[in-house]
Amino acid sequence: MKRLLTLNRHLTERIGFTAITLLAMVTVLPIVGTIIYILIQGAPAISLEFLTGFPRNGMREGGIFPAIIGTLYLALGTSIFSVPLGIAAAIYLSEYASDTPLTRTIRIAIINLAGIPSVVYGLFGLGLFVLFLNFGTSILAASLTLSIMTLPVIISTAEEALRAVPQSFRTVSISLGATRWQTIRRIVLKEALPGILTGVILGLERAVGETAPILFTGAAFFLPKLPGSPFDATMALPYHLFVISTQVPEMPIQIQYGTALVLLAFVLTMNLIATVIRSRARARRQW
Amino acid sequence: MEKSLNWREFIITRAIKASGYSAIVFVALIFFFLIREGAPTLGEVDLSTLLNVRWYPIEDMFGILPLITGSLVVTIGAMLIAFPLGIGTAVYIAEIAPRWMREILKPLVELLGGLPSVVLGFLGILLVSPFLRVFLDLPTGLTAFTGSLLLGGIAVPTIVSVAEDALDAVPRAYREGAWALGATRWQTIWRVTLPAAKSGVLTAVMLGIGRAIGETMTVMMVTGNAPVLAIKLGSLFSPVRTMTATIAAEMGEVANGSVHYHTLFFIGMVLFLISLGVNIAASSVVFRAKKRAERILS
Repeated sequence: MKRLLTLNRHLTERIGFTAITLLAMVTVLPIVGTIIYILIQGAPAISLEFLTGFPRNGMREGGIFPAIIGTLYLALGTSIFSVPLGIAAAIYLSEYASDTPLTRTIRIAIINLAGIPSVVYGLFGLGLFVLFLNFGTSILAASLTLSIMTLPVIISTAEEALRAVPQSFRTVSISLGATRWQTIRRIVLKEALPGILTGVILGLERAVGETAPILFTGAAFFLPKLPGSPFDATMALPYHLFVISTQVPEMPIQIQYGTALVLLAFVLTMNLIATVIRSRARARRQW
Repeated sequence: MEKSLNWREFIITRAIKASGYSAIVFVALIFFFLIREGAPTLGEVDLSTLLNVRWYPIEDMFGILPLITGSLVVTIGAMLIAFPLGIGTAVYIAEIAPRWMREILKPLVELLGGLPSVVLGFLGILLVSPFLRVFLDLPTGLTAFTGSLLLGGIAVPTIVSVAEDALDAVPRAYREGAWALGATRWQTIWRVTLPAAKSGVLTAVMLGIGRAIGETMTVMMVTGNAPVLAIKLGSLFSPVRTMTATIAAEMGEVANGSVHYHTLFFIGMVLFLISLGVNIAASSVVFRAKKRAERILS
């Protein structure tokens, strides 16, 4: 009887472990499958003309050049605002703030910013930047909207990286006569740089892939030429994929997959860079 | 020299502090602009119209109930899928998987979190919905269930990363104690590790819900966008329309300042308050658990 009970326990464990392993595989395999599938389906569409040409014939032929450039502009615009602000906020939280009710409020605010639905960011951008500040549907308005959306990602990863720098580094620097800011700039920031960079890339990755926040703040259905100033609207890859997969009838499937592949390539590359930076920094770390 | 250094330091410190407060300012600004554009709805649309079951803006019918139930159905469906998958994957990564497997799985789950929702929606239209239509013999593959399936995938990475952190934070001594008493690893996971990480797991699930209810592009592309009251059991397998999708689909076509425009902002306000509630609840769970741990340790 006792023996049977022990056996049962181990049998349960084996069955349980198998079930959990299967669950994990059900989660992970579709991700790999999705990426490979888009790669296979989209690859034939990729050509020099596709990457550097303008859409023709109601977007059913030609390339997606303006969407690629637009996405680059938006990523650039977003980083101009969100990178300095996010890193400064992270420095504040890690180096200056003590555990006061105000600091706790800031942390709750960051958590909330991270949780606000992307379409609500779109509404906010429309209300504040497009209409109230009168920027119009523009790269500027869309970039500002995306900046605020990416801020929590950048702040929390950068803060984590700053906190990982040992306290003794700061103590030594201060004891050698450096001021607080000199310590932060020359010692803490330098050591935390790879971690901060990872956060910045992950934040921008989110900005590159998002559609809802730019729907009413800066995205254009189709433009015959590239945007000439930050006050122009722009085409963008995610919005373009949305448009050609839902709004354009008789859209050749190959162009759709090709566009999805280019968007995916953007995101995957950024993800890969972030992962590599992080793991290399971890391997090199001496403290 | 000393003086100019102090002066610079003063300016920089001020700038850093101001940036630190920026998160609060932005949350307040977002709320302010949603109210500014959304609150007029309450004066323009009767409460009885607003709480009606018909959303048909062209005829001035602004009943938001079908949109709310639509969001609920899709989110509940998504959580039914994401909860077992997310917690299971987190347990696997934190407790069962060998080290090399962990190194592969973690970046992959992170990658899923980074996949643009528009790409998932695109695959939903081309692959998932035709498959479901044939497989479940439905009149259309663009249903709440299709949305739930894909949203589940979007919520999983959030759940996995938060739950895995929580499991990791359980002291090793807890597990060793259980093993020493003769428990198997399986029993330890269920009776010791998971209960000890309960608050973190709860946070994970709440953040997952928040993520699912706020998702826009995927649901707009695959749920069929029919604004019907979704309260029957069959609603899961018929087209619905969520709050997020309504805003995204209609905001581009309304006149600024019209009743329809204000109502869309009003829906945005509701969404904002929901996400605020979910996130504050999720973070207070964490704070409470921390306090309890501090009490026990002291």
